[in-house]
Amino acid sequence: MAAIIVTLTLLLLLTRMLYLQVLNHEHFTTLSLDNRVKLEPRPPTRGLIYDSHGTILAQNLPAYSLDIIPEKTPDIDATIQALSEIIPINEDDRKRFKRLRQQRRRFDSIPIRVRLSDEEVARFAVNQHRFPGVDVQAKLLRDYPLQEQTAHVLGYVGRINKQELQRINASNYSGTSHIGKNGVEKTYENQLHGNVGLQQVEVNAKGRVLRVLENQPPQPGENLHLFLDMDLQAAAMEALKDYNGAVAAIDTRTGGVLALVSKPGYDPNLFVEGISSKDYKALRDSLDKPLFNRAIRGQYPPGSTVKPFIGLAGLEMGVVSFNQQTYCPGFYQLPGHDHKYRDWKKTGHGQMAMEDAIIQSCDVYYYELARTLGIDRLHDFLTTLGFGSRSGIDLTGERSGLLPSREWKRKARREPWYPGETLITGIGQGYFLTTPLQLATATATLANRGQRIRPRMVKSIDLPDGTREATRMESTQLSQVDPEHWEQIIHAMQQVVEGLRGTARRIRSDHYSIAGKTGTAQVFTIKQDEEYDEATVDKRKRDHALFIAFAPVDEPRIAIAVIVENGGHGGSVAAPIARKVMDRYLLREASTPTRLH
Amino acid sequence: MTGISFTHESQPARPTGLLAWLHLDLPLLTGLMLLSGVGLLILYSAGDQEWALIQRQLVRLGIAFGVMIILAQLHITHLRRWSPWLYIAGVLMLVAVIFFGQTGKGAQRWLDLGFFRFQPSEMMKLALPMMIAWYLAEKRLPPKRRRLLAAAIMTLIPVLLIAKQPDLGTALLVASAGICILFLAGIGWQLISLFAVSMAALGPVIWFFMHDYQKRRVLTFINPENDPLGAGYHIIQSKIAIGSGGLTGKGWLNGTQSHLEFLPERHTDFVFAVISEEFGLIGIAALLALYFFIILRGLYIATQAQDTFSRLLSGALTLVFFVYLFVNIGMVSGVLPVVGVPLPLISYGGTSLVTILAGFGILMSIHTHRKLLPT
Repeated sequence: MAAIIVTLTLLLLLTRMLYLQVLNHEHFTTLSLDNRVKLEPRPPTRGLIYDSHGTILAQNLPAYSLDIIPEKTPDIDATIQALSEIIPINEDDRKRFKRLRQQRRRFDSIPIRVRLSDEEVARFAVNQHRFPGVDVQAKLLRDYPLQEQTAHVLGYVGRINKQELQRINASNYSGTSHIGKNGVEKTYENQLHGNVGLQQVEVNAKGRVLRVLENQPPQPGENLHLFLDMDLQAAAMEALKDYNGAVAAIDTRTGGVLALVSKPGYDPNLFVEGISSKDYKALRDSLDKPLFNRAIRGQYPPGSTVKPFIGLAGLEMGVVSFNQQTYCPGFYQLPGHDHKYRDWKKTGHGQMAMEDAIIQSCDVYYYELARTLGIDRLHDFLTTLGFGSRSGIDLTGERSGLLPSREWKRKARREPWYPGETLITGIGQGYFLTTPLQLATATATLANRGQRIRPRMVKSIDLPDGTREATRMESTQLSQVDPEHWEQIIHAMQQVVEGLRGTARRIRSDHYSIAGKTGTAQVFTIKQDEEYDEATVDKRKRDHALFIAFAPVDEPRIAIAVIVENGGHGGSVAAPIARKVMDRYLLREASTPTRLH
Repeated sequence: MTGISFTHESQPARPTGLLAWLHLDLPLLTGLMLLSGVGLLILYSAGDQEWALIQRQLVRLGIAFGVMIILAQLHITHLRRWSPWLYIAGVLMLVAVIFFGQTGKGAQRWLDLGFFRFQPSEMMKLALPMMIAWYLAEKRLPPKRRRLLAAAIMTLIPVLLIAKQPDLGTALLVASAGICILFLAGIGWQLISLFAVSMAALGPVIWFFMHDYQKRRVLTFINPENDPLGAGYHIIQSKIAIGSGGLTGKGWLNGTQSHLEFLPERHTDFVFAVISEEFGLIGIAALLALYFFIILRGLYIATQAQDTFSRLLSGALTLVFFVYLFVNIGMVSGVLPVVGVPLPLISYGGTSLVTILAGFGILMSIHTHRKLLPT
């Protein structure tokens, strides 16, 4: 009896074993392998970014963060509460944690605090046993040592968000938490990121890696060398003083961007680990719009800086000769209309040929020229110089400005083009909008006597094989160019700086020749019979001061556009800024290189 | 030497030689030695090839086999005479444990006798079947209801005392010893079913008295996946170890579940999962065959016993050994809740080893001190 029971029971156990070991063998083998072998991504280190002298603009610095793995943490709220008693955790930290927790999987580690100090790391280490699932992670954080000086150019990296997650190759980004959000960091994301490596490891129950079964090292991101020259960038920042504005300086021989400043800037490091809502609000709501990249997104009326290009259009189209004279009484009237189009100089300039009209920036001359040319020819010629379309710089978010035409107005406004609108387009007002980068590019085209070069930030890239690959220069030669016309315009621009009556004569240099043009852009339309009085106008309604220039005149090396918001007059405010930047570039090169590398 | 087979029908000739002189039963001894050998082999693997562990286990095996040999020398009449006194002493010591016991792992189980620490509940595993056997053997079998009730109370007293420590595993084993004897004494099926029903009715009452960790174990048993990282972890990991072993196993020392620390308590209560993982179904079948051989030999000895006391006691001790085996394998393979019952003779640890081998010593004594009777 007892023997039978024993036998039956043992058979029962054996059946159970049969069930587990034979019938469900595969299932449990998979579970066992899952237990044991983990595929760990090895994220690549992001490529560095240097300026043209080798100064580091973006690097990766080790930083500690306090991470929670939700799956391994019994009571997350209580854990965070207890953690906050030993390490300060503020409301922003909690919010970020909550947000990230919704985006990530349960077994991903999510930072509750970032950038821990050494002392905080030590304090946590002592208490670590109290917090299962909480760990200090050392990782490389993107760092921008020059902070706001490079913010608008480089952009910044930030945590990968949902939309980006759908766009990127998720497997190449496994183990990577950050991605370029704008600027060079975004444009060159593919080069900077590199390729993920893989590590197959055997782990024990505690997740500790015991053995590496297979190792495929990551391919680090490629380093970028920019054309950007931090000497020039700093000089431009400094010269802008407290003004809001933008400076774009281009190497006329390569199209390389030597300086690209938008002021005010911001500290891009704030964004790397997620900016606090308070800081973000302050940046977003500031009337100075520090997050706005004026250099490529700011669209300003070009004002008088467009006059050399209009003059060139007149010469090239054959509607005017260089020495043909027009009388300026201080205003202009279209035949059969009462409306007076004013000249900035109320008493008028008198008899004007093209050169004087550029030097003294006579509006009436250009009203007449624009009317003769007509909006169609004006539009077509300015298009070839790049107005109204993006320059194609290797930065994201560039705006195209606006070069008005009949077609544009019909489509956008459902209205016909009025002759008066041609006139004010001729002095760079009305619908006409340009970005500082567009102005600099057009100026460079002028300096190159018709060779239009696409501006670019990156000079060369360090390839994985150790060689350095230069980026390609793209240029087009404007067709049907009469060199004499260009020299005439350039000569007139040189007289703007060097002539006795030039509007920018105060920046004349003894060391090199400068060709330039001042401009003033109305922000605020004054009524027909009102006076514009700088002193009484609200600061933010004051005119923008503009200046474009290139130098040296005969062998140009640098073209520059400066916009000073609410700065007043181009000649007195914007031109000196351009001079400082050009000095830094041309005079330093002439003497000795000031920096190593 | 003769008598290796346990299946022969006729009365064996009394064996001669060293074994006979030491009153040892060769088939039983062979089985137990083999099992201990297998145990050391597994322990080497489960204990991460640590020699110190093997050495300690060897010392314990030595002591346990020593105790077995000593008990085999004692004539069964002595044991029978001591039964009630052992039982009473055991109960008194269990009471003493409650008042003066040493605490270990959250439960009071130990009594410090100055020179060594002693676990009275272990002694009860032997003393209780002896007591019941002694009590029932006084009168004719099958026992009357009144005597059955008395035997049940005798069982319940130590079981409750042990459960209070709390040591559910040992309480279960001691209770099973009492039940086995009643079963062997020939109580009817009606009573057994009545007992089963009353146990089921007692369930909620027992639940009320259980400690939190015991409640958790029961809940986990019902649904281990509920809490895969907490209480269910043991069972899930052990099932993975067993299942991934397959038919032939991963090979000695190659169990990944065991060696990478996924499997908890792998050299003590969960050692069976290590065997399953490394040796597969074939290895398990062989191991169960070995256990089966030992149990059958024990039951055979019971059938050959010459008096009621001996028959009841040897049968009960063998069945308790079987209960050990069943409960342990059942819990490791996920058919029974997790209670702390070791795999006999294989799990690392000394106390149960001594009790088990002491039981086999009594079995050997019963078998080798028989009077030669005509067939």
